Amino acid sequence: MADYHWPPTDKCKLIGRRISRLDGPWKSSGRIKYSYDVNRPNMLHAKMVFSPYAHAKVVSIDTSAAEKMPGVKAVEIMTEPGKEVFWEGHEVAAVAAETEEQARDAARRIQVQYEKLPHLVSDVNPSKAGEHTKQLAEQTDGNPDQAFQQAEVVSEGEYGVPVITHCCLEAHGQVAEWDGDNLTIYASTQNVSGMPGELVRAKIADSADKVRVLTPVMGGGFGSKFGADTWGLACARLARKAGRPVKLMLERDQELMAAGARPSMYAKVKVGAKKDGTLVGWQSESWGTGGPDAQGGAPSLPYVVRIPDRRVRHTTVLTNIGPARAWRAPNHPQMCLITMSALDDLAAKVGMDPVEMLQKNIQMTGQLSKTYSAELEKAAELMDWKKKWHPRGDKTPGTIKKGLGVSIHTWGGAGHASNCNCVIQPDGSVSSSLGSQDLGTGTRTVIGIITAETMGLPLEAVKVNIGDSKYPADGASGGSTTVGGVSSSTRRAATAALNQLLERVAPSLNAKPEELEAADGQIRVKGNPSRAISWKQACAKLGTTPITGVGQRQRGNDDLLSSGVGGAQMAEVSVDTETGQVHVDKLVAAQDCGLIIDLKTAESQVYGACIMGITYSLFEHKIMDEQTGRCLNADMEFYKLAGIGDFGEIVVHMMTGNGFDERGVIGLGEPPVISPGAAISNAVANAIGVRVPTLPLTPDKVLSALEKGAVA
Amino acid sequence: MAKQEDPKAPESVPKNGNGEKHGLRRRDFVKLVGGTGVAATAQVLAGHKLAAAATTVPEELVGSGKVIGPGPVPMTLRINGEAKKVTLEPRVTLLDALRNHLDLTGAKKVCDRGTCGACTIIVNGKPTYSCSVLAIEVADRDGKPGADIRTIEGLTPEGKLHPVSAAFVENDAQQCGFCTPGFVMSCKAYLDTHHNPTIEEVKQALGGNLCRCGTYMGVRNAVVQAAMSTKGGRA
Repeated sequence: MADYHWPPTDKCKLIGRRISRLDGPWKSSGRIKYSYDVNRPNMLHAKMVFSPYAHAKVVSIDTSAAEKMPGVKAVEIMTEPGKEVFWEGHEVAAVAAETEEQARDAARRIQVQYEKLPHLVSDVNPSKAGEHTKQLAEQTDGNPDQAFQQAEVVSEGEYGVPVITHCCLEAHGQVAEWDGDNLTIYASTQNVSGMPGELVRAKIADSADKVRVLTPVMGGGFGSKFGADTWGLACARLARKAGRPVKLMLERDQELMAAGARPSMYAKVKVGAKKDGTLVGWQSESWGTGGPDAQGGAPSLPYVVRIPDRRVRHTTVLTNIGPARAWRAPNHPQMCLITMSALDDLAAKVGMDPVEMLQKNIQMTGQLSKTYSAELEKAAELMDWKKKWHPRGDKTPGTIKKGLGVSIHTWGGAGHASNCNCVIQPDGSVSSSLGSQDLGTGTRTVIGIITAETMGLPLEAVKVNIGDSKYPADGASGGSTTVGGVSSSTRRAATAALNQLLERVAPSLNAKPEELEAADGQIRVKGNPSRAISWKQACAKLGTTPITGVGQRQRGNDDLLSSGVGGAQMAEVSVDTETGQVHVDKLVAAQDCGLIIDLKTAESQVYGACIMGITYSLFEHKIMDEQTGRCLNADMEFYKLAGIGDFGEIVVHMMTGNGFDERGVIGLGEPPVISPGAAISNAVANAIGVRVPTLPLTPDKVLSALEKGAVA
Repeated sequence: MAKQEDPKAPESVPKNGNGEKHGLRRRDFVKLVGGTGVAATAQVLAGHKLAAAATTVPEELVGSGKVIGPGPVPMTLRINGEAKKVTLEPRVTLLDALRNHLDLTGAKKVCDRGTCGACTIIVNGKPTYSCSVLAIEVADRDGKPGADIRTIEGLTPEGKLHPVSAAFVENDAQQCGFCTPGFVMSCKAYLDTHHNPTIEEVKQALGGNLCRCGTYMGVRNAVVQAAMSTKGGRA
């Protein structure tokens, strides 16, 4: 019988190789239909009305004029009069009409009366927030006061990361279509299997088996597309009222205002060390906003480097900036920026290379210390750190200053619950089916690789069915949990299916099933390749009944996967001290993630995370006007994303081989997006000699830091 | 006739016949006076919000035959070498015409105001943000054929990959893929006139397309590879 354990990587034909993503041709030919692209017969278009105020009570809604507008077929109230709205862009009503233009016209005719209520859209100073604050956590470990007395060098600083948004290129939304009591939702979601139940709980449908969710591909989520959302429910209701399919996608301004706001985090930090760089004490007072209802939780500081004697306190500020939603590696980029900036400032005060300081204290990183050490070494080699590094402040003449920065990070990434059915047909075709989804991470390709590797077939010979809630239930894709989950369930399902085939074929090869293997498109006797039959011939023995192998990610410990990764990144920047412009010349990422299934898409995850990291380091900030409570950059002209020419070189090194492969599969989406902020901020400090305290590192802040530094 | 070819034509249309001013008074549309007003109003319509700042059709033009719209009007678009008849309000953008009325959804709607490039198609040989062009601007007019419109669906027959698309697959220049068709079209238009670009030139050429997943490293390599694989065919 075939063994479900991972084959040794040197024996793998597909696992660990660079393989192009299976849905690549669908996407790059423009032919695959995203939710936004679905055009059903007789479909209506819906548009929403949203609050222009950051905080208000809806007094009344008059839809009568809208209902008389040309083409209008249905209207839906989303926030009933008497209820409050908590940010600009908060949904109030929706209208469905024959064309997009008519829906937009009609939405403007919906008259909403608001009673304005006081708002708070500033999170930078909790002492000014008054009653809008809540102390979340206070903790003391060891004896920090004594530790600081023993410290020979103490550094104090203030660091922070503002609220940013997800800015998914495919806006949130869906097409809803009823057939009697059966509802089909073409949803742009990270949670295909979970959505039917949510629609039942919201009383949209009377049972989950009457709801089908279809998501063959989706245009980005990053943590903001787990739920059906109020617009999903409204879309289904409009479709029911009108008796026709309805498409409701958010427009770009609403996408930026209402579809996700990453919690901010700021901190005043005091950190102490011995003269030799040994860290002795940490104290931080941190705050941030997780929206009006304090989402996001308290940070765990210091990050990764667990200084034993510490005192931490965190306050959450309740604001009307927007709805907090998970954003790729929730809280980690913020905790990382605060910790790694503080350690970097301390290293500069001690007069030490920050990489040496991290290595000196590497035991404080716990059980991944060897991984961190190896990753720092690898990254330093790829950056040519030792040759390029200089003490803080580039002393070379000229106005362009260069600098280096380093950061390390961690993430869990254990696989989520996952179920897979693998079917072998008598004609030899093979398919694996899971109610999972591919966010662009390569999930579909990973499932295909594992199925084909298990069957000893080429990748083209297997079919992957995902993105449909009729398939076996799978977890939501968040927190880098997908690859572990689907890898385990797929491997187990494919092995179970193969073993049934081996049993059926064994007699004709005069062998026991356990003596057989599937390789090179054949079923053959292990060690005796001449005793073999082709895959097609083997499957023909099934007669008319296909085989189904069922696989489930094991609860608790699953020996096909693991959790807990490290990661080290180093940035090299040029800063123009006349204009304040920061340019990332080079970013190096050394990253582990256990057993890699597809090296090509894994590297793409890291490249992409680095670029997303450069973007939030230099550009991203949801800018609010304190007087009006409005978002000032709810468009892509002023909510800036890095373009293809906005950075230099990126070097990715995946840690593989002994010590990594045998750990099994671990998630990769989150970890590499954590460190860029800290690495780039540290590089800027190294270049110009002063700290720019908060992200993004915009020209105004760089110039202001330079000015303050010159005075001090 | 045109209506049969456009299943999405609105069933309810405000009357704008002889002298019925109520169909033409101040309202949420951008006026289109004959052929001459088109270019000037295009920029106004680029942002739908701005379109709300509608202008009034001068009284003397009402019913004169020089006003097109505001209701749906038949027009012919020349897309991927075929003449397509559609019936659209004059304010409908080329992007919405393609996506909502012709089911050509390769061009994506993301920013809808000429910033991100996800809607890039090729019009008369030039890469063009289709969200910032009105369909009527590029339709047949006064008996003359309209612009030559090429969408990603027209690059190759279904099931075949254009060398640029193939280079995007090979170099994994896509993740969620929502920006990818726009990139492919920008890249195609650029390589049609620049046969041997350097990476630095590619950074300039594709600066008008944005990606959220961060696929730019793959895109840089894909463009260079596509340049090499298409040069032979061109020479």
